[in-house]
Amino acid sequence: MDLKDLLNHTSEWLKGSGPNADIVISSRIRLARNLSQAPFPHWAAKKQGEESLNKAKEGLSKVDYLKKSTFFELAGMDSIDKQFLVERHLMSLDHAQKTNSKAVVVDEEEIVSIMINEEDHIRTQVMQSGFNLHEAWNIINKIDEAISKELNFAFMPDWGYLTACPTNAGTGMRGSVMLHLPALVMSRAIDRVLAAIAKLSFTTRGLYGEGTQAMGNFFQISNQISLGPSEEEIIDSINGLIRQIIEQENQARDTLFSKNNPLLEDRINRSLGILKSARIITSQETIELLSMVRLGCDLGMVKGINQSHINELFIITQPAHLQKIEGKKLSSQERDVKRAQIIRDKLSIK
Amino acid sequence: MLCNICTKNPATVHLTEIIDGQMSELHICEECARKKSQDMEQQFGLSDLLAGMADFDKPKDDSSAGAVLVKCPSCQLTYADFKKIGRLGCGECYNTFRKYLGPLLKRIHGSTQHTGKTLLKAGRPSRKKADVQELRNRLNRAIESEAFEEAAKIRDQIKELEKRESEKNQ
Repeated sequence: MDLKDLLNHTSEWLKGSGPNADIVISSRIRLARNLSQAPFPHWAAKKQGEESLNKAKEGLSKVDYLKKSTFFELAGMDSIDKQFLVERHLMSLDHAQKTNSKAVVVDEEEIVSIMINEEDHIRTQVMQSGFNLHEAWNIINKIDEAISKELNFAFMPDWGYLTACPTNAGTGMRGSVMLHLPALVMSRAIDRVLAAIAKLSFTTRGLYGEGTQAMGNFFQISNQISLGPSEEEIIDSINGLIRQIIEQENQARDTLFSKNNPLLEDRINRSLGILKSARIITSQETIELLSMVRLGCDLGMVKGINQSHINELFIITQPAHLQKIEGKKLSSQERDVKRAQIIRDKLSIK
Repeated sequence: MLCNICTKNPATVHLTEIIDGQMSELHICEECARKKSQDMEQQFGLSDLLAGMADFDKPKDDSSAGAVLVKCPSCQLTYADFKKIGRLGCGECYNTFRKYLGPLLKRIHGSTQHTGKTLLKAGRPSRKKADVQELRNRLNRAIESEAFEEAAKIRDQIKELEKRESEKNQ
């Protein structure tokens, strides 16, 4: 498998299937692990970093679950290719920026990806479409157990898995759920919801994780506490919180909809109109408008548009994807033209 | 409008700063904004937050003054390094700085006892070592809270464990 194959393929988590797929885009779990007896990536000398990379590579190559996965070494990789992997949520922005002795392992369906030498030696993530953290946990737990048989991890009975940053110690687990909350944003109830989330020791981030802005009404919610409760308990607590947010979003949608609000219908249809006819469009505007059309589909106001096409558009209209599709480097203005063209094509397919 | 800092490029980033209660607006170009955000990150990053917390949890005994000088024998990271970068150097650091990390973990996670999955290959020796360490922690807490009766019991348990260990090693 190479990057071209990924381009012609829709990631499993984008399929718009799974529980509560109208509000929950995807569920993700990551586990942070470190090799015992090796300095953490940020503190390792060049040679030590290479040693850890080789050790991890060798260990992972013996894991049956990863037999159909591809190993990408980041040193020397084209910057568009790296950005492409970030846009597909297969690795972090941070991982793409400092690339010494770093790699990422990606499975065929893009359910599993493993970053080597990011903040920790090994960061495994599993993504699922819709609201499905339990399934993500079942998968990642098996993979983690298989990896543990090949590699020695830094671990203490009382403090669990040891991580470069003490905020990840213990389970080393972060569960995240990506939500689309347009009605809570429109009814201005979102600030209240976000404040409540923060009080409960959860964090909210934007589309691309740490340090990114909430765009297009998308919010990524994850646990902050990783030491103390067990993995299942952490997942249960996230699930409890997400269920409440889904209910609030549904109520807000009912209210907006029941008012038979011509403003809402107008906004949704104008958004669709612009997407279907624009000749130049920025990434930011695309995300905002697609968010409205997605809501229109959920509410039955927009018909004849495939939900998975909309999900896919969020990803393939990103800068590196446009350049991979075009097969060459594009300036910002050229991208805006290409983006508009791709959106028109996708939305005209019934 | 031109960038307020370099006065060459057009200003595309608009920043409101509040310093000592004085609000000022800054209109700068992308390049200067990037520099500025790096400055800000250095001024107040996650590492500062963590380091601040680490300071807050300084044990009250006299040894705390020397804390910054403690160095991990395995990776050479000092506690001062940790305070500066907010990241530890290797797994062994957790043992080296145990005394200071315990209270920090407690503040971050509200707990210092992992109950999640355990490592399949976790060797027995580290388990024993951790048991003694856990008892030492409990002993320190008991002394701090002046629960001397409890402390005496824990001290005896530690002695017993250590005796058994040394017998085994002979």
